[in-house]
Amino acid sequence: MSEQVSEQATAQAQRARPETIRAVPVRHPGRWVAAAIIAVLLAMLVHNLATNTRWQGWIINQYLFTSQVLHGLLATLWLTLIAMVIGIVGGVILAVMRLSDNPVVSSSAWVYIWFFRGTPVLVQLIFWYNIAALFPTISIGIPFGPSFHTWSTTTLITTFAASILGLGLNEAAYMAEIVRAGILSVDEGQNEAACALGMRRLLIMRRIVLPQAMRVIIPPTGNETIGMLKTTSLVSVIASFDLLVSVQRIYNANYKVVPLLVVASIWYLVATSILTAGQYYVERHYARGSVRGLPPTPPQKFREFFVRNIGVTHRLPAIPNRDARGGGA
Amino acid sequence: MTTVPTPEDDAVPETQAQSADVAPAAATRATTATTMPATPMVEALDVHKSYGRVEVLQGITLKVLPREVMCLIGPSGSGKSTFLRCINHLEKINAGRLSVDGELVGYQQRGSRLHELHEREVARQRTEIGMVFQRFNLFPHMTAIENIVEAPIRVKGEPRDSARAHARELLEKVGLGDRATAYPNQLSGGQQQRVAIARALAMRPKLMLFDEPTSALDPELVGDVLAVMRQLADDGMTMIVVTHEMGFAREVGDSLVFMDGGVVVESGNPREVLANPQHERTRSFLSKVL
Repeated sequence: MSEQVSEQATAQAQRARPETIRAVPVRHPGRWVAAAIIAVLLAMLVHNLATNTRWQGWIINQYLFTSQVLHGLLATLWLTLIAMVIGIVGGVILAVMRLSDNPVVSSSAWVYIWFFRGTPVLVQLIFWYNIAALFPTISIGIPFGPSFHTWSTTTLITTFAASILGLGLNEAAYMAEIVRAGILSVDEGQNEAACALGMRRLLIMRRIVLPQAMRVIIPPTGNETIGMLKTTSLVSVIASFDLLVSVQRIYNANYKVVPLLVVASIWYLVATSILTAGQYYVERHYARGSVRGLPPTPPQKFREFFVRNIGVTHRLPAIPNRDARGGGA
Repeated sequence: MTTVPTPEDDAVPETQAQSADVAPAAATRATTATTMPATPMVEALDVHKSYGRVEVLQGITLKVLPREVMCLIGPSGSGKSTFLRCINHLEKINAGRLSVDGELVGYQQRGSRLHELHEREVARQRTEIGMVFQRFNLFPHMTAIENIVEAPIRVKGEPRDSARAHARELLEKVGLGDRATAYPNQLSGGQQQRVAIARALAMRPKLMLFDEPTSALDPELVGDVLAVMRQLADDGMTMIVVTHEMGFAREVGDSLVFMDGGVVVESGNPREVLANPQHERTRSFLSKVL
């Protein structure tokens, strides 16, 4: 039996390799129809933008880089960044607390999440803004005993601080659930293996569980960050420094509402695009060890599309092996 | 448990056998074990464990001497994996006493009462007990060598350089010297399991627990893992192996324990138990797996 097999194998090796398949690829007429429809719609839009004077493109140009708008943009970016840092750090802490064995710790995290998810963020913002009405002073000291230092609440909680507190503490409640889902997605065997090596709970969380949970945590966190970028416009009810407020102030003076909203939208879109790209590369970073070859980056995909669909292989350099790190097994 | 194997047993043909000089090695180990001072590496006295109303372990009493290789066999649900997990306190026992190297696992006796150990103490006990899992449980976000050095550096505080040097030695020993920078998903099952063994050995444990280490492997990869375990046994490591590999139990094991329904049904020299089981339950189990 085994001799027969080996004979067969040698015979096959001696024969020439069969011709490489060069089949006609499946045609996709639907794609061309869709492309044609989209092209017509796009042409109509471009034509309108070019000929319709009501867009007042020159106003967009004029205000896109004015210092008022840029200041608003900067404030919005700062608010987003700080609120998200508070949200992510707070979320991780709350998630670990909720999964704790200590019933006091886990139920206080539960109550926090219940409260902050259960009330509108707008109400929370206004609440923080008016906190001085409840607590005129804030002091550090022994509970029910003497205090060492006292501040006036209005100087401590500025409008910026109130905005950050309102947005950040609310975000922490949402992030907590995202992080918790990520932690729960990691296989229990990972925890056991780390325990068996003598690692302790917090070390396991930091070195083993959270890095693996990141794959599940990042996509919704990107979502939350982009959401936050736009939620910051809610602070217009208590403060007057974000992007939306600064364009509102301009169009309240000159009545060019649509062009100025376009200005704000352009900036929101630019920021969102940068965040989206950033998220893509963060995801790639945490994908190490979980996919054999990393997925191609958009430039790689773009090139591959042209090679496959238009067949211009001879004009483009060959696509390099995608991250052939470590080699296959 | 320490009977010197008879030469006739060597005549049994064995497909998994990697080296011919296995029986003498096992014999040497066993002889050494008898001359050692009498502190057993693992001692279980009437150990009970239940999940709710289901009593998984109903009184396990056994002793493992230093340098001894004990194989635990039995049908699934017999409690052998649970018992193994009790030894490094991944599961808490409900009654009885379980000690490793003369020290109670997970508890401390103060006067007439048992006190639960703090997490820090349990972790310290675990650093001396290596464990290998059926499903490998390598950390997928780390390369092979990162998997191995993680605990020595972070738990024992070993300097990075010496930890890496030790890790390279261990990878060499398990035959994977060239795959140090591979991620687990770039390795075959057998390679992953050998990295997992190296990872456990990196803590320089005095006892190794194997929980069905070859059950999740393709048949042709089983041999490599068993060869590494056999080498480890020859180096004098104390091992408890939950396994379905009767060939390994017969050739490498110093003792064999057959469990069923949460109790030890039969134990003794593996060759004798496998060739001539005394209990009806053991006979019917062996007739199905051999």
